[in-house]
Amino acid sequence: MFDIALSALGQVMSVGHLTFLVLGVLVGLIVGILPGLGGIAGMSILLPFLYGMEPAAALGMLIGMVAVIPTGDTFTSVMMGIPGSSASQATVLDGFPLAKRGEAARALSAAFTSSLIGGLIGALVLSVAIVMARPLVLSFSSAELFMLTLFGLSMVAVLSGRSLTKGIAAAGLGLVIGTIGTAPATGEARMTFGIDYLYDGVPLVVVAMGLFAIPEIIDLLKRGTAISNSTPLGGGWMRGVRDVLSHPWLVARCASLGCVIGALPGLGGAVVDWIAYSHVVQTSKDRSQFGKGDVRGVIAPESANNACQGGALIPTLLFGVPGSGSMAVFLGGMVLLGIQPGVTMVETRLDLTYTIIWSLALANVVGAGLCVLMARQVARLTQVPFVFLAPFMVMIAMFAAFQASRSMADLVALIIMGAVGIYIRRFGWPRPALLIGFVLAPGAEGYLYQAVQFYGMDWLMRPGVIIIGLITVVSVFLGLRYGAEVSSEGASDVADQQTRGRQMAFASVLIAAAAFCLWESIGLSFLGMVFPLTIGILALAGALGVAFCIRRGRVAEIHDDDASGAVSGTWSGREMYLAVFAALVGLVWLIGFVPAMALFFPAFLIVAGKARPLQAALLTIGAVGFISGITWAMTLRLPSGIIPPLLF
Amino acid sequence: MKLLTTPIRAALLSAAAMLALPHALTAQDFSGETVEWTIPFGVGGGTDVWARFFAPQLSQALPGQPNVVVLNVPGGGSITGANQFATRASSDGLSILGTSASTQYPAILGDPRVRYDYADWTAILASPTGGVVYADPKYGVTGPEGLETLKAEEIRFASQGATALEMPVLLALKMMGLNIRPVFGMESRGAGRLAFERGEAGIDFQTSSAYLNSVAPLVDSGKAVPLFSMGVVDAEGNVSRDPSFPDLPTFVEFFTEATGAAPEGEAYEAWKALMIAGYSLQKMVVLPKDAPAEVIAAYTEAARAIVNAPDFRERAGEEIGVYDQLVGDEADAALQAALTVDPAIREFLTTWLSEDYGVRF
Repeated sequence: MFDIALSALGQVMSVGHLTFLVLGVLVGLIVGILPGLGGIAGMSILLPFLYGMEPAAALGMLIGMVAVIPTGDTFTSVMMGIPGSSASQATVLDGFPLAKRGEAARALSAAFTSSLIGGLIGALVLSVAIVMARPLVLSFSSAELFMLTLFGLSMVAVLSGRSLTKGIAAAGLGLVIGTIGTAPATGEARMTFGIDYLYDGVPLVVVAMGLFAIPEIIDLLKRGTAISNSTPLGGGWMRGVRDVLSHPWLVARCASLGCVIGALPGLGGAVVDWIAYSHVVQTSKDRSQFGKGDVRGVIAPESANNACQGGALIPTLLFGVPGSGSMAVFLGGMVLLGIQPGVTMVETRLDLTYTIIWSLALANVVGAGLCVLMARQVARLTQVPFVFLAPFMVMIAMFAAFQASRSMADLVALIIMGAVGIYIRRFGWPRPALLIGFVLAPGAEGYLYQAVQFYGMDWLMRPGVIIIGLITVVSVFLGLRYGAEVSSEGASDVADQQTRGRQMAFASVLIAAAAFCLWESIGLSFLGMVFPLTIGILALAGALGVAFCIRRGRVAEIHDDDASGAVSGTWSGREMYLAVFAALVGLVWLIGFVPAMALFFPAFLIVAGKARPLQAALLTIGAVGFISGITWAMTLRLPSGIIPPLLF
Repeated sequence: MKLLTTPIRAALLSAAAMLALPHALTAQDFSGETVEWTIPFGVGGGTDVWARFFAPQLSQALPGQPNVVVLNVPGGGSITGANQFATRASSDGLSILGTSASTQYPAILGDPRVRYDYADWTAILASPTGGVVYADPKYGVTGPEGLETLKAEEIRFASQGATALEMPVLLALKMMGLNIRPVFGMESRGAGRLAFERGEAGIDFQTSSAYLNSVAPLVDSGKAVPLFSMGVVDAEGNVSRDPSFPDLPTFVEFFTEATGAAPEGEAYEAWKALMIAGYSLQKMVVLPKDAPAEVIAAYTEAARAIVNAPDFRERAGEEIGVYDQLVGDEADAALQAALTVDPAIREFLTTWLSEDYGVRF
């Protein structure tokens, strides 16, 4: 075995192999940095190269791409507050506040160092586990996977901040949104309003962009400064590395967590960052800075998400069943190369298996190295007046949302989720809780249904179920005890007691959504109804609880970061910005994406940013050229509008 | 390095095949154009891999060697992408669609979301597949004589959905009177196999390439017992043994030997219709029917050149399998026959699906 491993290493280190690996890494970094794009977009760039390539080199290239997506996406999460991919959602919580504090370089270097170490641990675990993980993967049945989704949902206890009631209500709303679409058990349409777009559910990218990107863009525009509101601290770069090195056990624990979760097919990388984040909150002594810029809140998810890729390769290689979305793409690539993943491949082509493992380790080193080189320059972007960055971020957000299902409805859904996002942020409902509920809804329902169908009520007695159940109880207990200090929604305003009417109004929107979910579930068949009924009751109870607390004036639930302005009658302008974005969507629908952006950029830069015409023109050309280039290179689509096709 | 040279050789061969074409057919010239191949499934899935195997060859074999790009439009179990193609496709030969069983079945069943009509399309190439039903050895059943033993058990079957690829399998198992409890909502057939390997499902089904790759090792190590192959059903409804599994009885043979009588009646007619539309023509390349005749001819010749290339089998590997690819008129005639389903059979299918599985139409 060792001689095969060594000869594979020799092959990986050859110039030809390294060239393709670095090519893969570069593509992976780009799709990681651009929010909403993942392995699928990267794959379409690399595919044309794949034909006729030698399998080992091609595998190196594919692995290089897949491995560094969770490294590159950190840029977007830390610098812009937008989750670069689903694996970096939790990084936003502390990474973005660090950037706002002028410590972007520190946050980035800490993230890349943790990514590097996490990725190497992932490769190490893979090399050991690949020969003996079969029983482990097989021991996780639908019942255990359902318990893991419950465990994921229990993270709400940590991420709810001051008010658990609000957290439950937000998670409930997330679950309700996640239930939109076709029921996994019966294929019935639920809460689709007869709209075809909703049959597949609302895409994750749209929800994440709407909840995080749109409110942050509007908030920063409102403040009218740069992202960083203080001058950068010197030496932030080395400080980030030291931060990681002073928490070796945290990195090791989160990386192991990442490997295990990645190895379970079906749960995917979307929750691993949240679980790691909750873990660090629960095990830290000083929790006062979480959500406000604690570097440990960056280290934990970043160590876990790169390790997750190593873990996800285990079921992919052993069973030919992908452990995550990007692994599904990798699997397709292998089949195209004429390699059928499965236990046969692992046992008879050990050389290829080790090539994959070495490539994974190497890609993590190369990827983290390149990111560190870029980090210092990119960190300066936080000093640029935000009004110049805003149109670019709006364009990226819309570009990303549109890639979800290539439908104009994606952009409409983005604006609707953005509207939910700005109020949910203003009134201090924990957005991470909503996102967790949304991400876990399909898994929770599907696995519970399968578990009951396969095992009847006996599923509750499975040892794995009991163990995960106990862990969940402990986690909820710790979360309730220590999570109260974690704030994801910023500070409230002193006048917040006086705008209780508005807060009540928003709470009643949530009550209405939960009631609608309940109403819709009646009339479905039993199997299609059980889940929406359960979560509808949960969401309704949570939202009613919040409304009750606000009415009674309980401090924990009352939150309005715009209260003073609202009381004195000055308008914050949030709705105006949202209306501008909605108008832009309308323009895209009419004349197509690129022409609409070519009009929006100069208009926004000159009117809002007071830019000189030449400056505006250059920025417009740069931005539009960039997005067109990316679209062309990745054979993506942009909305073509309804007018241009009539003209040509 | 062998893999590096084969495609080049293939390219030369298909180029040579093209030179041999009559001149009238090369009137259509796609040079400098881009053909957009809509695949209504995600990247990395079976249909996507199939399309990406054919795309570069199609690019080489079409006159003028256009760029062939695969455009993935996943959603709605392929209905979204097929609908989009139906409304947007141009008929100049620069838009083609790849379909699969999950595109064909909703059209047959009259799913209200379907806004495409196979009658508007003409098939250029059709790739058949087959599949095998296998069971857990714990039942002690190895062949048709064990049917009574199986009937006494309640057997779970992990399936993607009642109207998915497994539909003829569910129907076959029902016809034999087995007490099957399907568990729907599997993400893929692979997830279903994992449930079988865990011992959750007692019976499972895989298409040919997946069976050869992932189930054959289980059979060898005594963890699975093959029962029957679905067989190959031709346009007239004759069922013959699957060339991938010449030693396995077909469903019809298994049924006949187990029950003492050949299958018949509406259920059997419906089963055959599903097999033809979803397996004999599992994956298809289609063009809008109103494309000019020379465009259709150019595509037909290109498809023929690809599948007749001497090393096609070798390169096709297990993904495409040993099945005969249908080309041109042959594919189109089969398609039109397959999609013309007797209203009585459709009625039978929708009644069965709603009674047994609560599917609503």
